[in-house]
Parts: sequence; structure tokens; C-alpha cells
Amino acid sequence: MLYNGFMTGLHITDLRFLNRGPFSISIEQGKCVSLSGESGSGKTLLLRAIADLIPHEGEIMLHDQYHTNINGPDWRKKVGLLPAESRWWRETVGEHFQQNSLPQVLPLLEKLGFGDPTAVRKVLDWKINRLSSGEKQRLALIRLLANEPQVLLLDEPTANLDINNISKAEKVIEEYRLSTQAAVLWVCHDPAQVTRVAQNHFRLKNGIIEEEVQT
Amino acid sequence: MILLSSMDLSFAALLILGLALLSRRMHLGISGKILFSAIRTTLQLLLIGLVLKLLFASRHPGVIFLMSMVMLLAAGREVMARQQHRLKGWWGYGLGTSAMFISSFSITILALTIIIQADPWYAPRYAIPLLGMLLGNTMNGISLSLDRLTKASWEQREIIEQRLLLGQDRVEVLDDIRRDAMRTGMIPIVNAMAAAGLVSLPGMMTGQILAGSPPWEAVKYQILIMFLIASGTGGGIMTGITLASKRLFDERHRLRLDRFRD
Repeated sequence: MLYNGFMTGLHITDLRFLNRGPFSISIEQGKCVSLSGESGSGKTLLLRAIADLIPHEGEIMLHDQYHTNINGPDWRKKVGLLPAESRWWRETVGEHFQQNSLPQVLPLLEKLGFGDPTAVRKVLDWKINRLSSGEKQRLALIRLLANEPQVLLLDEPTANLDINNISKAEKVIEEYRLSTQAAVLWVCHDPAQVTRVAQNHFRLKNGIIEEEVQT
Repeated sequence: MILLSSMDLSFAALLILGLALLSRRMHLGISGKILFSAIRTTLQLLLIGLVLKLLFASRHPGVIFLMSMVMLLAAGREVMARQQHRLKGWWGYGLGTSAMFISSFSITILALTIIIQADPWYAPRYAIPLLGMLLGNTMNGISLSLDRLTKASWEQREIIEQRLLLGQDRVEVLDDIRRDAMRTGMIPIVNAMAAAGLVSLPGMMTGQILAGSPPWEAVKYQILIMFLIASGTGGGIMTGITLASKRLFDERHRLRLDRFRD
């Protein structure tokens, strides 16, 4: 997979962690790959290993760089993982965003249904303990995108959303992927969503990642 | 100075016996413990009295060093025992012990050589009680703050990992927890300084006065001790928390709770 002498996208070779693996998978930049598999098959752990949150062996490359050449926090900014359940540690929404990311954050709030341009500013003052699980999920997506990652690892990013918001979230993620040429790995159970959002489809089964060819 | 006879102590022992009997009649389930600890305190203190007597007579620096090491290791064991999620392996013992060694020994040596200026500076009459008081207090502070740090990291592991996922580094993700742990360890000595003289007469000063020292001299020593303890505790806590925070993460800034006991 050589393009003009250097690799683009995310390339994982023989990744092992917690007695699992080896896993190999590549995602070209600007492409979305779906990953499904029964619960307990290790999808979440795989994402955590790629984000370098748990110790692992094997090679992870982003474009032409090995992940070991980039320090942990910088790697996780580039390879952004959206966990199935988001966590919040300050009292209000706004405290979880950096001031200089507001130009990106405010339009995303609009696109994800938090109201018109004047209303979305007030969202920043909302108290975390009064958010619904759906609101948390949409805000967590915005918080991740504000970091401008080059890879998105999404762990069931629309599981808590209603139909209306699911399509909004899918659109936001697609727009982000196409405008920044990010590589996206989308863990998903819904076959309809899989065909909507991803160009390639993988399944994690019995400790092996295999590509599913759609007919 | 009025010397105490065995008869005087026996009379006080009767009071303890009375307390144990009364607890038994009230079914508090603690009378055995009262008697056992009373016996322990008697034996331990008699033993240390004997050791100190020998130590004061010898004045040999090697013996004094040996004694201070025994005290340090005992305090280190205590710090380890008081932590639920202590580090696995040698670190579990080494962490608290090195934090206490760095703070208590440097403060004690500083006080002996520059402030008290005994002759020789390691004169056991000054060195041993001073070190004992510093170790005892830093021990409390360090074990309180370490326990707080590891417990909070355990409870908030998902939040810590969420912050790591957003690209924060190991210093940033722990800011609240570290601050809270340090504060928790320092509160007892800060409170003790605030209450000294008004609410409580500190034990050391009381002892000196009972032993016949002029109150004014006892007060000056007590102020000195308070300052030494506060700075020793603070320094020990900062050292211990800094070391432990480092061990909580690896070089890739991953939270490594697997290095701690469940």
C-alpha cells in the first residue's frame, strides 16, 4: 500500500494486547471502515489499543509515522477515540472545551441540533448533570472533533440517539471525514447504518478480523 | 521533678482495669482490646526506655544511625499497611519509606546542625526524639495523602482515561486528584498548629513542663517542633505524591492501575 513512496491513512500490523490478536487492518485516509462483532469480541479493547490507552505489541502507523515516534498525548489527539459512554469532569459543558476551539464547536452544535446560532452559545453554560444520554453523546462527538483528529475511532457513536439525530450525526461525521480526509473506524451493530456510512466492512470473530464482501 | 514510682503507675493501671470491666458490662466488645493495648503500650515503652538508656550511654554514631533506620523502616511499614491500593512489589514499601526518608531525615539533620547545635550534632538525646516526632507525623500525612490519591484514581479511572483520550497528559489529568490528596495529608498538621495552646496543649510541651522545664522554654521548643513537623510533612507529602503520580502512568501516558493492588 505505497502511495508516492509513503503511506497514508492508518495501518495496523500484528497488534496484540491482553492475550488477543494479532490483528491487522488498514484504513486509507478519507475512508470509513465499519467493524462489527458480538459483544465481548474485543472491539472496544481493540479501539483502546489503537488509541494507545492500553499496553500492546505490534505496529501502528499513521501516514508515514510509527506511533512510538509520537508521544502518547499527541498520538491520542491525532487518533481520537470516542468511547461508547462519555465522561465529564467539570460542572458545565463549556469547561470541557478549549476557548480557541469555539469557532469549530459552535457550528457543530448547530448541525447537531442544539439550536440556532444564539441558542448554541447558551449550551456551553448547561450543567453536565442535567444532560440526557443523547445530549452527552452528541456533545462528546463535538468535543472529539474539536481536537481535529486525523483518525476517528467511533465506538457505537449513535447508540443513544433518536432517528432524527442519528442522521444528523452521520452527516457531521461524513462532512468531517471528507473535508479533513480523516480515516474513520466505526464500530456498529446496525447493518443498515453500516451500509450507509462505510465503504469497507469488517467483522471481528473468534479473535480474527475478516473483511465482509457485500453482495 | 517528681519521680514516679511503680506504685503510682499501678494505681493508673487500676483505672484502665476499671475501664475494661465497665466496657465488658456494657457489652462493648472492646475490653479485651483495651487490656491488650494497655499491655502493649507498657511493654513497648519500657523497651524503648531501655534502648534509649543504652543509646544515650553509648553515643556511638553507628548505633544512632542503626536506631534511626529501625524507626524509618517501622514507619515505612505503617504507611504501607494503611493504603488499600498500594503499589505492587517493592514499590509498595519503598515509595512511602523513601518519601519519609527524604523529608524527615533532611529536616532533622537541618534542625540538629543549624538550629539546635547540640554537641556532637547527632547527640541521641536530641536526635532520636526529634526524628521520632518527625517520622510519626510525616507517616500520618504521607499515608493519608497516598491513600487518597490511589483511591481517587481508582474511583475516577474512567474520567482519567476520558481525559487521556482527549490528549491531556499525565500531569493535566491528575490535577484535581493530586491537589486534593496533598491537601488531605496536610490538614491534620495545619489544624494542630491552629489549635495549639487554645484547645490542646501539645504532648511534647506538656511532657517538658511535667518534667520541670520552665514553661517559656517548653513553648519555644514546641513552636520549633511544630514548624519542623509541618515542613517535614508537607515535603514528604509532595515527594510521595509526585513519586506515586509518576507510577500511576507509564511513558506513553497510559493509566496503569495494574501496578497497584486491587
